This record gives sequence, C-alpha cells and structure tokens, in this order.
Amino acid sequence: MKKVFSRGVLAPWIATLILFAIWEASVWVFDVEEFILPSPTATFGALIEFWGPIWFNAFQTLFTTVTGFLIAIVFGFVLGVAVGASALLYQALYPLLIGFNSIPKVAVVPILVLWFGIGTVPAIITAFLISFFPIVVNVATGIATLEPELKEVLRSLGARRLDILRKVGIPRAMPYFFASLKIAITLAFVGSVIAETVAANSGIGHLMLQASSSFRVPLVFAGLLVIAFLGIMMYAIAAVIERRFTGWATRGAAGNEYATGG
Amino acid sequence: MSATINIEGASLSYGGEGGLLALADASLSVNRGEFVAVVGPSGCGKSSLLKLVSGLYPALKGSVKVNGEAVTGPLKIVGMAFQNPVMLPWRTTIENVLLPLEVVEPHRGQFRRRKKEYRGWAEALLETVGLAGFGDKNPWELSGGMQQRASLCRALIHKPDLLLLDEPFAALDAFTREELWDVMQALWQEHKFTVVLVTHDLREAVYLADQVHVVSNRPGRIIHTRHVTLARPRTLESTYEPDFVALVQELRNHISEARQAA
Repeated sequence: MKKVFSRGVLAPWIATLILFAIWEASVWVFDVEEFILPSPTATFGALIEFWGPIWFNAFQTLFTTVTGFLIAIVFGFVLGVAVGASALLYQALYPLLIGFNSIPKVAVVPILVLWFGIGTVPAIITAFLISFFPIVVNVATGIATLEPELKEVLRSLGARRLDILRKVGIPRAMPYFFASLKIAITLAFVGSVIAETVAANSGIGHLMLQASSSFRVPLVFAGLLVIAFLGIMMYAIAAVIERRFTGWATRGAAGNEYATGG
Repeated sequence: MSATINIEGASLSYGGEGGLLALADASLSVNRGEFVAVVGPSGCGKSSLLKLVSGLYPALKGSVKVNGEAVTGPLKIVGMAFQNPVMLPWRTTIENVLLPLEVVEPHRGQFRRRKKEYRGWAEALLETVGLAGFGDKNPWELSGGMQQRASLCRALIHKPDLLLLDEPFAALDAFTREELWDVMQALWQEHKFTVVLVTHDLREAVYLADQVHVVSNRPGRIIHTRHVTLARPRTLESTYEPDFVALVQELRNHISEARQAA
C-alpha cells in the first residue's frame, strides 16, 4: 500500500525529468542555436542569473492573477447560482455568456488600457474576465441538474425556493464549483500574462517581452517555467481545498488517500 | 394527532389539460389514524394519488381535502418517504434526519436554539428503527435497508400527522423488506399517525393496512376496497395463515381484472 502510494508521488517528478532530458538531448543532438531553443540547463542558468528580477516580476504576476481569480470566484459563483436556479435567467444570459467568452481577451486589453492606463489594473481585469466563465457554467450546471427527487423531499415539506437552493442546490453544486476552480486558476494566469505582455511595466509577461526583444531567449524560457510552476502550485492548492470540502462526492475515497499521505 | 383525507372525483394529468391523464375521477377517504394501502398495476397512477394529497401537484378536477381543508400546496403536517431513500450525501445520517426540522415551522425558527433537543429526537428515532449509533455515519456508508430506515426517520422527525409512503420497501431484498414491515407497524402503533402506503406488493399491503384500495389501470380510479381485520400486531408467521393468504389471493384477482380491463 505504502509502496504504491510513493510510486504515485514520484511519477510526476520522473515524467518531468524525462521531459527535460529529452529536451536537453534534442538541443544537443540537433545542435539547435540558443536563440531558437535554449536547453534546460541554459534556461535554469538564466533562472539563477536573473533571480532578482524574476522573483519580483513573478510576485507581481501572482498578485494580479490571484486578485483577478478571487473576483472571478465571487462573481462567477453568484452568477452561476442565479443562472442555475432560474430557467428564465439561464435562457436569457447563456447566449450572452457564450458570446462574451468567444471574444479573444487579448483584443480586450487595449480597451482596458484606454480606460485604466498601463499597469496592474488591466492585468487583474483580464485575469478575471478569462477565468469567471468556467465557474459560472459549472455552478449553473450543478444547480440546474439537481435530481427531482431531492427537490421533492424538500418541496413536500413546504420548503421555499430559497430553502431548496440553500439546503440542496448549492451543496450539490460544490463539486462542480471546485472542479471549475482548477480550470479557472490556470486560465487566470493566461489572462494576466497576456495583459502583461501587451501593456504593463512589470510581471513575468512584461519580463519575457523585454527579454525576447533583446534576444535573451533563455530568460524568456525561464519566464515560461516560472509561470508553469506558479500554475501548478495554485492548481495544487485548489485541489487540496476541493478534497477537503467535497470528499462526499468521491465517497471518501480521496479523503482516505489524503489520510495515508499524511 | 393524525389527519383525515377526503378525495372526491379527483383527476390529475401531467402536462396540464390534454396531457397524460394519470388519475380519473378517483375518490378515497381515510379516517384519522388509519393505515391505508393503495395497490395496483404498475404505472396506474398510485403515486399520483400521493402527489395530490401531499400538494406537490394540483388536481385537475375534483377536490382533495386533508383535515377538511382543501389542499392548495405542500403541507407541513406531511412526512414522505420514497422508493429511493434520497439521502443528501454531504450530510451525515443524523443531519439528514434533522433536515425537515430546518425547514418546517415552528421548528425552523428554533432550530439553532433547540438543536441539542432535536438531535435527541433524531437519535431516539434512529434507535427505534435499529440504527442506534449510526447517526454520525455518512449515508453512503450504510446499506440500502439502513438508508431506507433513516429515510423513515426523516419522514417522521417533525411528528407529522400524515405519513405518505411511495413504495418505500420496493427496492429492498425480501428479508430486509419484511423486517421493515415490522418497524413500520411498530412506529404506527406507537404514534398513530394516518398512513397512506402505495405499493405493488399485496402481502405488504395486507400485512400493514386496515384498508386496501385497488386502483385500475391508467387512468387510475379506485375499483375495489377491502377492509383488513386481521389482529394486530401482525407477525410474519401470520402471513402464512389461511385468512392472510385468502386475502392476498382475493386482491390478486382484482389486480388481474384491473390489468385485463386495459
């Protein structure tokens, strides 16, 4: 049992190492120039060399991403509950939401810059805009697909619509909600980095843009690695919270795994 | 306390006028504290009768009265149990049992204050159905029979005057089902609420009821009523005695007629 578990923990590290090894070997075998594709060693070299500015800009990106993401959680949850609970709102708003989500967010950034100027605010808003949609859709789905029997148990007691939403609808939608957070957090990074590359004075996206314009390609790749790392960390946090709150949805299986892990 | 039911010439259709007619001109009256069973071929509208009485669906024609008053919506004096136990998986068993008290007046307003007392009620009920000590388990950790017991407790926690049972034992294995007949009989003899039990199991109907109503094929109407005067408490041994067997046989013939009439 313990052996199986430790294998599960090691697997992602080994897969990552293999990926880096293939990358390193390919660069070496095909003799690729560093300004086309730097090797992992060159990339990590840049990561160490420019540690100061990377750390500063990574913190900025993390801040804008998490802020936008938190706004998306609140807004997405409230809108999702409303859309899921009311068939009329669902029909009224769904086409609008789909249309809105189809707009490439990179096209919105210049407008945000017009309104708010260059800097942190457009990045936060872009992160928010790109990440609230999956939350709305998931929460709405969780509530709208409520089993009629669950509803009837409460209705037969004379429960009001709000009671049914509070006691059954929202709790039942929680697994959907947490699943959507895992998607939304990675999208939020995409949003803030897009905004930073277009219009910002700081952040990983800005750093990468600067680095590529001066052909410091290893530094560009170091930026990519940092974003990927931050994304994985935030995803892991979301996953832990999910297991904590919705262990019932997996009938305790995830909880057990969690327990043996500790 | 217990309730009386008077249904006169009631019709019910799903999908409004011109929809599928489930009940046509059905009449039924139930005295205070009586245990009534409704049997009939499957799909004959037995469950629709319960939906009328509970106020979940309005009658198309005719009148439905509980305690002499016309039913216009869900009644808080009603407890319901279904074929599926419909436990909320994110709540423990005892929290599931307590659910009606969080919804029904006057308990909902006092729930926080009297929570300890209410938990005492729930624990006592769980004990009478043989689930002492299982309150803190998750419902999905219980067997189907245990979940159905818990669902009976939930139907009874707010001390309803009228218990509506929609084939609650149908999905259980024969031994568990017979065990639960006794549980049901004991609960009824102790509390003397009015019960309407919908079932397709004739032995179950004869075992539990004072009166058995046979419903015709869709659209359902009551074609036969049989008083059951066997002594109480009835035991499993008594189900093999000639009186009991003859009654079941007689009802069986009525059901056959009802099926052929279609």
